[in-house]
Amino acid sequence: MITELGHFALVLAFGVALVQMVVPMWGAWRGRASWMAVAEPAAGAQFALIALSFGALMWAFITSDFSLRLVVANSHSAKPMLYKISGTWGNHEGSMLLWVLIVALFGAMAAWFGGNLPPRLRARVLSVQAAIGVAFLAFILFTSNPFLRMGTPPFDGQDLNPLLQDPGLAFHPPFLYLGYVGLSMSFSFAVAALIEGRVDAAWGRWVRPWTLAAWVFLTIGIALGSWWAYYELGWGGFWFWDPVENASFMPWLLAAALLHSAIVVEKRESLKSWTILLAILAFGFSLIGTFIVRSGLLTSVHAFANDPERGVFILAILGFFTGGALVLYSMRASVLEAKGVFGLLSRETALVVNNLLLAVACFVVFVGTMWPLVAEMFLDRKLSVGPPFFNAAFTPFMVALGLILPIGSAMPWKRAKIMRALYPLRYAFVLALALGGLAFAMQSGRGLLGPIGMFLGAWLVMGTVVDLMQRLGRGPGKLRRLRRLPRADWGKATAHGGLGVTMAGIAGLMAWAVDDIRVAQIDTPFDVGSYTLTLNEVREERGPNYLTTIAELTLAQDGAKIATLRPEKRFYPVAQMPTTEAAIDYNLARDVYVVIGDAQDGGGWAVRTYIKPMTNWIWIGCALMALGGLLSLSDRRFRVAAGARKQPEGVPAE
Amino acid sequence: MKRLLLILTLLASPLWAVQPDEVLDDPALEARARELSQGLRCLVCRNESIDESNASLARDLRLLLRERLVAGDSDEEAVDFIVGRYGEYVLLNPRATGANWLLWGAGPLMLLLAGGLGLVYLRGRAGGKAATEAPLNAEEEARLRDILNR
Repeated sequence: MITELGHFALVLAFGVALVQMVVPMWGAWRGRASWMAVAEPAAGAQFALIALSFGALMWAFITSDFSLRLVVANSHSAKPMLYKISGTWGNHEGSMLLWVLIVALFGAMAAWFGGNLPPRLRARVLSVQAAIGVAFLAFILFTSNPFLRMGTPPFDGQDLNPLLQDPGLAFHPPFLYLGYVGLSMSFSFAVAALIEGRVDAAWGRWVRPWTLAAWVFLTIGIALGSWWAYYELGWGGFWFWDPVENASFMPWLLAAALLHSAIVVEKRESLKSWTILLAILAFGFSLIGTFIVRSGLLTSVHAFANDPERGVFILAILGFFTGGALVLYSMRASVLEAKGVFGLLSRETALVVNNLLLAVACFVVFVGTMWPLVAEMFLDRKLSVGPPFFNAAFTPFMVALGLILPIGSAMPWKRAKIMRALYPLRYAFVLALALGGLAFAMQSGRGLLGPIGMFLGAWLVMGTVVDLMQRLGRGPGKLRRLRRLPRADWGKATAHGGLGVTMAGIAGLMAWAVDDIRVAQIDTPFDVGSYTLTLNEVREERGPNYLTTIAELTLAQDGAKIATLRPEKRFYPVAQMPTTEAAIDYNLARDVYVVIGDAQDGGGWAVRTYIKPMTNWIWIGCALMALGGLLSLSDRRFRVAAGARKQPEGVPAE
Repeated sequence: MKRLLLILTLLASPLWAVQPDEVLDDPALEARARELSQGLRCLVCRNESIDESNASLARDLRLLLRERLVAGDSDEEAVDFIVGRYGEYVLLNPRATGANWLLWGAGPLMLLLAGGLGLVYLRGRAGGKAATEAPLNAEEEARLRDILNR
């Protein structure tokens, strides 16, 4: 019964979305306020209906209702509750339902908090947002209905892919989707502005919080996914340049570019048409990402839910929205003239360079991801494009970005003097250089990756500190001024510093990781790096829905015990799949990562040990970036823009 | 029952990325093998190198690679040997030959193109005169009044 209600609510939401798509757009065109006003309640109703439908599906998963085909295929009665819930979106149909739920959520948020938008713009934004909802609701209802019943329900389900039964991955898709779909809001604003034919500072300010929020969610989602891969896949890789990872990384890069270019629109009324293009492309890449994941066109680790037929439908959606928006753009972009004038050396220019690097880096990832497909279709060459290519082709752009970032953010708007921007940074530069040199001297004869990473990390972090100190000026009262800095400044500093921390972490891990493979005998210590490990025992146990082989190792350094590590090798009988659970001793300086393998014929067990320096910096940096985004988002000019009734004190000069 | 499940566990347990028995005695040779195998794709896996993969085919490839190195092949010869057998699909790092120049050149070319366009734009901005502010239309005037009187 609840299932049927959910199904019915979904169909109803489709109807509401159709109305929300057509009526307000028509009203905005004809200038009829009452028609435009339909958008607001419709957005709320659409969200409520989809939420009801999603809730119904979740209920089916929680109660293990095996009369639903989807539940049978992706759940099992013995599965822990958390994974029953996360199983709702751990499959194709459910994840698409989550996708439209978030589309509708963002639409409803724009309706509820968009009180200060001009009515016409708001009507158009909500109408475009509803159009996206209509497309995906149709996709769900016609090709991937989650509410299909079974004729004869089985006694139990086939279980969720055991790799997905993990807390990190339970929350990875919702965050990623919040990011992907959050970009739909920027897209809707861009299309509405194109229809309207005007983009001004106010538009820049309205679109920025949505982009910022989407970027924050994407950052968290990507970091969760990468962390999961690190501890779950069993060899400690954190990024594989897998097509599906790239699919989430490309929108992230473009969203980062977009939120910087929107600053230029807001402050200086320039870069308008580029910003609109970016907003369209960023969401376009989100759709491409969905297409890649859902169609299974490019095979990858993530292809747990793919189906080529559905791919064609998503390709049509992708073509319609991206293509349509780009046509509209080519027709209307000339209307968007820039107003601000600025010198060749200025913060505007620095932000243009930022956009250039991020956009070209995204392009490189895109070409690398699609190249195997292109080569096979047009050149009849079957080839692979893997991590070595991306590391070589992508990294230089990030190095360049890191190099110019502190200089660019020290430049003033309009016109800058290069020496004046560089001068305060001199100590930061020398110190960073010294740190890089130290790293080079200590590592004795390995590549330049580590030292460059240390230099960039230190340069970014200290550049940020210098930037903050510059904002305080001279004379007494610095502490007071530090407290009164706008949150946007704190956000900027935190996010830029976070980028530096992440860069240093990635370089440290990739340059200095040590690994060891051996057959370990019980109670026979062995050395890895400066650590001594001892395999104490190996035993068999049963988990709620799996069998496991647990090893117990003692980790010691200089004779002193540091930790007891318990790596596991699990087997999920229902899904007939083994997984490895690495045991990791976390630490800011390094992770000691241990995996247990098979029992060997001559006695003893295969053990793989890795010492991975600075790994946690990667995720700490990501957390800082996300935190920086949130700080910026809480800046009062956005709250003012979001309808707070306070007298404005003037825009903080960022 | 428990015993049966344990047997099943052992049967289904994966062959594991680089086994201890594969490791070569000569550390320098082993290091080269590890380095090379990170650039070779496991043919039956999704986007995994043979160094990471659990598949038995990946194991065969690892052993083959080590055999060649022990036999005295240079890095290039060993990789060429494997490419000769399994095709260029096995390379995770595509070689810059033929149309692949496009792949490798895409980034730098795009950077040049975008850089050129950007420079034209920036020069335009630097030389241009500030556009006179467009006057507000009636609707905006009303809205401005509304905000100021709030």
